[in-house]
Amino acid sequence: MTSQPGQLSPRLDEIIAEHLALEGPLLPVLHAVQAEWGHVPEEALPVIAAALNIGKAEIHGVVSFYHDFRRQPRPAHVVRICRAESCQAQGGRALESEVKGRLAGRADVLFEDVYCLGLCACSPAAMVDGELVGRAAADAICERVGA
Amino acid sequence: MKVWLSQDAAARALGADRVAKAMADAGVTPVRTGSRGMVWLEPMAEIEIDGVRHAFGPLEAGDVAGLLADPATHPRALGPTEELPWMKGQARLTFARVGVTDPLSLEDYRAHGGLEGLEKAQAMAPADVVEEVTQSGLRGRGGAGFPTGIKWKTVLGAEGPKKYIVCNADEGDSGSFADRMLMEGDPLCLIEGMAIAAHAVGADKGYVYIRSEYPDAIRVMAAAAGIWRRAGLTPGFDVEIRVGAGAYICGEETSLLNSLEGRRGVVRAKPPLPALQGLFGRPTVVNNVISLASVPVIMAKGAAHYRDFGLGRSRGTIPLQIAGNVKYAGLYEVAFGLTLDEIVNDIGGGTASGRPVRAVQVGGPLGAYLPQSQFDTPFGYEEYDAKGALIGHAGIVVFDDTVDMAAQAEFAMEFCAIESCGKCTPCRVGAVRGVETIARIRKGDGTAKPLITDLAETMREGSLCALGGFTPFPVISAMTHFPEDFETAEAAQ
Repeated sequence: MTSQPGQLSPRLDEIIAEHLALEGPLLPVLHAVQAEWGHVPEEALPVIAAALNIGKAEIHGVVSFYHDFRRQPRPAHVVRICRAESCQAQGGRALESEVKGRLAGRADVLFEDVYCLGLCACSPAAMVDGELVGRAAADAICERVGA
Repeated sequence: MKVWLSQDAAARALGADRVAKAMADAGVTPVRTGSRGMVWLEPMAEIEIDGVRHAFGPLEAGDVAGLLADPATHPRALGPTEELPWMKGQARLTFARVGVTDPLSLEDYRAHGGLEGLEKAQAMAPADVVEEVTQSGLRGRGGAGFPTGIKWKTVLGAEGPKKYIVCNADEGDSGSFADRMLMEGDPLCLIEGMAIAAHAVGADKGYVYIRSEYPDAIRVMAAAAGIWRRAGLTPGFDVEIRVGAGAYICGEETSLLNSLEGRRGVVRAKPPLPALQGLFGRPTVVNNVISLASVPVIMAKGAAHYRDFGLGRSRGTIPLQIAGNVKYAGLYEVAFGLTLDEIVNDIGGGTASGRPVRAVQVGGPLGAYLPQSQFDTPFGYEEYDAKGALIGHAGIVVFDDTVDMAAQAEFAMEFCAIESCGKCTPCRVGAVRGVETIARIRKGDGTAKPLITDLAETMREGSLCALGGFTPFPVISAMTHFPEDFETAEAAQ
């Protein structure tokens, strides 16, 4: 995150310009916007829609379809504990409830559901602030967010 | 001293970067490779002793000083890598270089047989390349099992000013990580496979659509595409990396195409086939990572060499991904035909917990749960189909006897409800009703059981794609093979 929401221009225009030559540029633009501001700011949508010559309804439809795109600013930490079968077989459900219990009340921690991180041979798995954790234990996850 | 260290995402998730740093601090720079697939030994390093690579693992940063001082007698010494039982039992065709070479070294790639397949293909007429792939018996490794050569033939025969090669790297099935390991460990092999496909069908543009949950694979593939481009290996064909956005449904090929076009990842009705009207309405080859990455070795060694592996109509090799509650978890590439008993008990060593194996889910969240009584089933497309199961992407998730199969059945419906694209009613509404109905059964309402059977049939017959259509596999297999878990709930009323 290099700039603050509310000051989308001129960075937003640059991001759009960087991707405009691609075939099907919308997802790459949205990813770049989220990489810049940590979420997809509402006020960016009409600007992107106009540049890509698509309707406001269409861009809303796309942003709301994909789980990845955050509509609200992200807090300091994002914790994703895998909820899929391989991790379930290795105690993933218990891990998730323990970590959520221990970090309850932490406004700076956002839990996001994730189904499979491709670390099924070292389940349970988690991703904390973009870093992968294999054979994840509650202590290791909590430590990474300073708890 | 020549040292190799895995930088596969699983190895990194288990601390490989800390080991690498300790090595660097000691003045040794390891060659970072993909993983050999023995994930229980990660982070694993290899050191050359008398010209032979020896394996060491699992390592921690604290092991490094002693390891570098005297590898031979180190407590983590495992012996020559190729002699380990896990390695000796395999037939590594597609994964031959993974864990062996520097993934981003074109020189290393060439030295280990890379580009032989492409060079051979480029000397052949496109139709002959298609024929060679058809003769190999290669079928879609993403799960559908459609013959790759037949798909290519359709695209070759399609008229159009522009055609595309799209690689489906949206590997969302739990228990599956072969695509990820291949992309991180041998990305040039995937690009070579795509380039051969492009030559075979007359395409000039390729996309690799990778799920966003795979940041390492995205980084490595993007670097490899740049290396390929700068080396000018296929001036008429360029590969671009695209990133998904956390939608499981985009692993379905028509959803993936919509997503690439910048739309909601909603399933398209077929026909038209993507082979004729795919990306932006153009003729498009959509193949899974492993299907495409198997093409270079097929071209290099010939269709017959590949076809000689396997059983029945399942030809060649399959990278088994052994996961969940299992002692030896990892990737094991072998000819089709092993029984589940051999896979789980002999290769996997049984459960990690030491408790009895109760159920094994094969083929991801849409795959059936198999009980011990079906462990004699040989691994093959038709063989699994005959048992009301599917091999899918060959992810194998082991559960011990503490598993609650009614909870697993409910989860299968819940997952479908969360990930449904919403286009067709059996999936969109059926999955929600399914969650509610299984919850009723779990609370002791036995009258809800026939509803599930009926709902499963509606979803199977009426859904537009495999998400709604195959969700009944885990649900019905759980109810059929583990009825006691559903009865216990009833009796508890």
